[in-house]
Amino acid sequence: MSELPEIVKIIKITQENPCVKTFFFDKRIQAKPGQFVMAWIPGLDEKPFSLSYVGKETGITVEEKGKFTKRLFQMKEGDKIGIRGPYGNSFGLKANACVVAGGCGIAPLSTLIENLKNPFVILGARSKDRLIFEKRFPNAKITTDDGSFGEKGFVTDVLKNVLRDRKSEVIYTCGPEVMMKKVFEICESHKIGCQASLERYMKCGFGVCGQCEVNGFRVCKEGPVFSSESLREMKGFGGFARLKSGERVSVSEYIQWRCA
Amino acid sequence: METKLCGIKLKNPTVLASGILGTSKSLLARVIGNGAGAVTIKSISFEAREGHKNPTVIAFEGGMMNAVGYSNFGVAGALKEFVNLNELEAPIFASVIGTEAEDFVKVVEGLKGLDFAAIEIPLSCPHTPGFGTLAGQDTPEKTFEITKAVVKKTKKPVFIKLSPNTKNIGEVAKAAEKAGASAITAVNTMGPGMVINIEAKKPVLDFKVGGVSGPALKPVAVRCVYDVYESVKIPIIGAGGVLTGKDAVEMMMAGATAVGIGSGIYYRGIDIFREVCSEISEWVEKNGYKNLKELVGVAHE
Ligand SMILES: Cc1cc2nc3c(=O)[nH]c(=O)nc-3n(C[C@H](O)[C@H](O)[C@H](O)COP(=O)(O)OP(=O)(O)OC[C@H]3O[C@@H](n4cnc5c(N)ncnc54)[C@H](O)[C@@H]3O)c2cc1C
Ligand SMILES: Cc1cc2nc3c(=O)[nH]c(=O)nc-3n(C[C@H](O)[C@H](O)[C@H](O)COP(=O)(O)O)c2cc1C
Ligand code: FES
Repeated sequence: MSELPEIVKIIKITQENPCVKTFFFDKRIQAKPGQFVMAWIPGLDEKPFSLSYVGKETGITVEEKGKFTKRLFQMKEGDKIGIRGPYGNSFGLKANACVVAGGCGIAPLSTLIENLKNPFVILGARSKDRLIFEKRFPNAKITTDDGSFGEKGFVTDVLKNVLRDRKSEVIYTCGPEVMMKKVFEICESHKIGCQASLERYMKCGFGVCGQCEVNGFRVCKEGPVFSSESLREMKGFGGFARLKSGERVSVSEYIQWRCA
Repeated sequence: METKLCGIKLKNPTVLASGILGTSKSLLARVIGNGAGAVTIKSISFEAREGHKNPTVIAFEGGMMNAVGYSNFGVAGALKEFVNLNELEAPIFASVIGTEAEDFVKVVEGLKGLDFAAIEIPLSCPHTPGFGTLAGQDTPEKTFEITKAVVKKTKKPVFIKLSPNTKNIGEVAKAAEKAGASAITAVNTMGPGMVINIEAKKPVLDFKVGGVSGPALKPVAVRCVYDVYESVKIPIIGAGGVLTGKDAVEMMMAGATAVGIGSGIYYRGIDIFREVCSEISEWVEKNGYKNLKELVGVAHE
């Protein structure tokens, strides 16, 4: 057993929108929908990213936020980074599914969508120029907060409408945690199962350091995908996250810090 | 399986080692639910610390290596996180770090109100400037000074955690005993070691070097426990590469009253505590021992 990064070559980079790129690697990674890898830029840092392409192509889809992603965005085809994983659990596949993606949250959901039979996909972003994978999933229902594309409003508004006339057994979701929390509440009131992919700061990625802990759950090990039974017990869901020191802060404070 | 350690009752001899999953009360509860006889929190310094940059924890063929760099939420964070610990169904050990003796004392006093059953003092981290071996805390003199200062300020049992890298670990243990320590934890991680990625031509850990734990550490840890047992009368918590019940029995034969488990969680999962306990029971029964106490130190006879 070992958990060491393997150096891979970036063989293709696609620009998904002004702030998001997908990086494809020359190595096939066997992974299930929802799993993530730790990406290492030697001498800089190491961070978790969901696999957005698995199978013929292997890739991660990244939003430019802080120091690490800025450096990654300067990289060109032919450059190399380190990868270890895949880590975490995965989405449990079910029929009659609805998928709710907010912003970059589409990354872990995209390989799931490819493994589902006729899911109803709701893809949301702040505005038209922030959309990701709207061409990859042409049947998705698109929403933008400002109405610059698709339906104006939140993904959660569309979800409520969809549930009115479509029988769904499970809702899969990933995106800003406030959004996921709302999706979960909608699931609860409709008595529909929910599977949400959470994000927390990680160190080891394989369940020993305790950094990613939420109410006794390790997001890197028992997660990142949590289903309703666990979400009900997780007071920290939509509540708190830990900074690098382990200090507990509100999720919004955590997001601000992580993007700095 | 019941074990007595410095007057503290443990339902079995397995103890969660510091720095592995000890970041929150709910995680401690989970480890206890998976069979640990006692649990140790992640080490706390007075001020919060971010620790080193990632990669901080890796596993190589044969063991684990970490340079977490003592990230922790400090005394203020601990006071928020570790409230009402007596709700948990096993004893909780604090772990307190500092640079000078007065820094340790400040943390011990800061944590006074919390329900810790004992206080562990690691003087042995090999990868954090200002702490452990990098601050020279592993000499008999420094160990005596820090132990004495802490023991004076608390009524709780104090465990001193030693480094396997010290030339004469028995002497350091004696200094701790003389200064009033109630037990010795042996050992912290070994090294430091280094793993270089030959494609990147760089060490994998961002701090370059890290402490070695897991199977690679076990024979060294067993020898350290053996040496400490020869040198002092106070009980020993033996840690380093314990993965199975047989590893635990080996530690006890070397002289350990209880066994610490950390890296084992990577190899066998959180329920390693329950598994190790049932493996110990099985071995003890098969070999005709009546209790674990009979095992402690038998390798010295
Ligand atoms: C498991 C996991 C893996 C991740 N992997 C990656 C990764 O691989 N790469 C990466 O770069 N990042 C990743 N992230 C980061 C994360 O997806 C983004 O930080 C997050 O989506 C915010 O993105 P945004 O700023 O584009 O969202 P925004 O544009 O702010 O919001 C997106 C949508 O969410 C909805 N929404 C927003 N606020 C509300 C509200 N108050 N109520 C209801 N709906 C609301 C709206 O419909 C909006 O269109 C991952 C996150 C998780 C949980
Ligand atoms: C990721 C990691 C973090 C650790 N952090 C601490 C720490 O904060 N304080 C401490 O005293 N020991 C720390 N240790 C050392 C362990 O408590 C233990 O002494 C050592 O790992 C040997 O036991 P093991 O082989 O069972 O892991 C850490 C070990 C690991 C692997
Ligand atoms: S990142 Fe270390 S336990 Fe999850």
